[in-house]
Amino acid sequence: MGLPDKPLGEIKAVRDPEVDEREVDILIVGGGMAATGTAFEVKKWTDASVLLCDKASLERSGAVAQGLSAINTYIGDNKPEDYVRMVRNDLMGIVREDLIFDLGCHIDDSVHLFEEWGLPMWKKTEDGKNLDGKAGLKMGTLKSGATPVRTGKWQIMINGESYKRIVAEAAKLALGEENIIERCFIVELLLDANEENRIAGAVGFSVRENKVYIIKCKTMMVACGGAVNIYQPRSIGEGMGRAWYPVWNAGSTYTMAMKVGAELTMMENRFTPARFKDGYGPVGAWFLLFKAKALNGLGEAFAGSDAAKAELAKYAPYGTAAITPTCLRNHLMLFEMKEGRGPIMMDTVTALAAIGETMSKKELKHLESEAWEDFLDMTCGQANLWCAQNCEPEKKNSEIMPTEPYLLGSHSGCCGIWVSGPNFDWVPDSYKWDYKGKVYNRMTTVNGLFTSGDGVGASGHKFSSGAHAEGRICAKSMARLVRDNADFTPTLAQSTQELVDLVYKPVRIYLDHCGLTTDETINPNYVKPSGMALRLMKATNEYGGGTSTYYQTSSKALEIIMDLLQTMREDCEKLAAGDVHELMRCWEIDHRIWTVEAHLRHIQFRKETRYPGFYYQADYPGQDDENWFCFVNSKYDVKAKTWEMIKKDYIKIIPDA
Amino acid sequence: MPSYVITEKCDGCKGGDKTACMYICPNDLMVLDPNAMKAYNQEPNQCWECFSCVKICPTQAIEVRGYSDFVPLGSSVMPMLGTEDIMWTCKFRNGLVKRFKFPIRTTAEGAANAYPDLKGKDLDSELLSTEEADGYTIATPAT
Repeated sequence: MGLPDKPLGEIKAVRDPEVDEREVDILIVGGGMAATGTAFEVKKWTDASVLLCDKASLERSGAVAQGLSAINTYIGDNKPEDYVRMVRNDLMGIVREDLIFDLGCHIDDSVHLFEEWGLPMWKKTEDGKNLDGKAGLKMGTLKSGATPVRTGKWQIMINGESYKRIVAEAAKLALGEENIIERCFIVELLLDANEENRIAGAVGFSVRENKVYIIKCKTMMVACGGAVNIYQPRSIGEGMGRAWYPVWNAGSTYTMAMKVGAELTMMENRFTPARFKDGYGPVGAWFLLFKAKALNGLGEAFAGSDAAKAELAKYAPYGTAAITPTCLRNHLMLFEMKEGRGPIMMDTVTALAAIGETMSKKELKHLESEAWEDFLDMTCGQANLWCAQNCEPEKKNSEIMPTEPYLLGSHSGCCGIWVSGPNFDWVPDSYKWDYKGKVYNRMTTVNGLFTSGDGVGASGHKFSSGAHAEGRICAKSMARLVRDNADFTPTLAQSTQELVDLVYKPVRIYLDHCGLTTDETINPNYVKPSGMALRLMKATNEYGGGTSTYYQTSSKALEIIMDLLQTMREDCEKLAAGDVHELMRCWEIDHRIWTVEAHLRHIQFRKETRYPGFYYQADYPGQDDENWFCFVNSKYDVKAKTWEMIKKDYIKIIPDA
Repeated sequence: MPSYVITEKCDGCKGGDKTACMYICPNDLMVLDPNAMKAYNQEPNQCWECFSCVKICPTQAIEVRGYSDFVPLGSSVMPMLGTEDIMWTCKFRNGLVKRFKFPIRTTAEGAANAYPDLKGKDLDSELLSTEEADGYTIATPAT
């Protein structure tokens, strides 16, 4: 992606890589919060062999690489039922309540571990002051009953610069470094040759040496994050990397699962967070902690206006709930912008002045520090943008704007894979299924294949802590599955040579043809991944509801982009990689294209606009509960090359409050 | 805001098998030019400005320059990562300098309790290992 069009990488690819073949019981694909949860938990339940493959290095991989300033889901004194109600309302009614409730029962255990491992949590003193860092521990731990500093009902403040390093440290210690391969990018999952619909392994390669990994396993958990850089970003030069979600999330989770036949769910859902313009710094603390308001270009706090209330009433009961759903908050913002009342500004000046009235100079200094920490802990670049713009938030307001679309299942979005719920009586039969008579929590519709974090669909708002807890749930399910199927021996249908040929195809294409032209980047026989990435982003932006159309698409536009995607997939057969880094980019763009196709096929199938503010289907504006109050699932048949679109019943488990 | 390497300060991590920045970059951007023995960012427009390379560099050879698409020149944000805290120096375009210090962890590095000796008992329950050890009970939804 965006790679300068020549093999700049220092590790030139060779035609015939070394092959490393392994067989383990349990394979963990990914290295973010979910995978580190699995890594921490798994050995507690089994002596089976385990291997974890991370595309990056565990210490700083995944969405929490940079750090975080808050943990967005900590149940604490709340009830899991209320957690379900919050998620359901934010995601416009259609969610898997069994998965959300189940997660709500386990999240806090992971948060308590984080604190024990050394992650600093802010605490409230008895007289209402905030203590952070080690001082916070004077109030005791959260587990022992100390009060966290809440910015909202569910969020707690942390000093989280080293959040991922701490969590990765525990994962490495628990799993053993010898069971972890870093810089190993798994690109395709493999089914068993003898048993239908049974996972049996995966194939990938090292991004640091010419080596292909072929790994057989009895069970597998795949959690490689969501999908980023799939729509043209608002910044298309160097700033293309300044995505809100991690730019290395390539849709690998969804694509690899769908290509072995796993059923996807709610892939039409997306997330277009409203963030500080260009720097994409977080706004949550500004809204919730500092009580700042968003103003339109006329200086009006538009979200509280009568017109806004009338607009939200169209989307009752979600729009009229105490907390406005994320998509509808965007919808109101877009409404202002389209009416010519933009740009939207975060009124940091008034907010800080109001807080300052009740504070001493020392407290005010600390408050300023908190505001900067919010950026420096998780979006350092936003801090630099403020410095470059000479922006001191107490003196100058900053613009906010919705970003390009992202696909994810753990933040305020819910696309992903359809998984089984836990084996409790209260879980509806259609939400759980068995493999040889036993139910395995978080197993996909492919036997032996699990997912968590961004991979699990219809269950948003897990965030970092929920992803970790869900990874742990998978660990136990996999340990059980291995125990229950001791006689299973994974057998691959493909030969070693076939798999090497598959993975290294872009290298061979490059070597076969690179001598034809004086400039190897322009060659009629192949396409570089950087070019293909721009082609995908142009198409999605113009036809798939990108920023250029204020997130609007239509039936005709979708028809056109389906044709474009078809030719992109054909041309992906001619991707060329001159070095192993570029080979990574080739596979990433392949994953992105498939994930985007799933996203758009779902939008095409759902004939309504369920998430105004995230996207608009112009031919079907508004919500149609009568026909579409259901999940949309899809299943790709690799052999027949056909998509099956499926309506699945939504079942309400938790009554309204 | 791509990272860049200051020629004079980078020593290629003294010829180790991989440099610190190569080890840490989540997007595989940092590479070592083996002839010059200097590291560089091979794909600046895929840099997430996560500062992982800046924080880990043993010679403070790596800094970041705001993305040319939208960041005016003249500012800088530099971290200094310690064992308990991180210090930030934020320089504004107009010369203003702000310094901040934030805690990063409350335990010694390497001291995270991975519960190496904890073995779960009931593999058929839905309890996680530490929940089981604590005698936790999983709730049933109130309907």
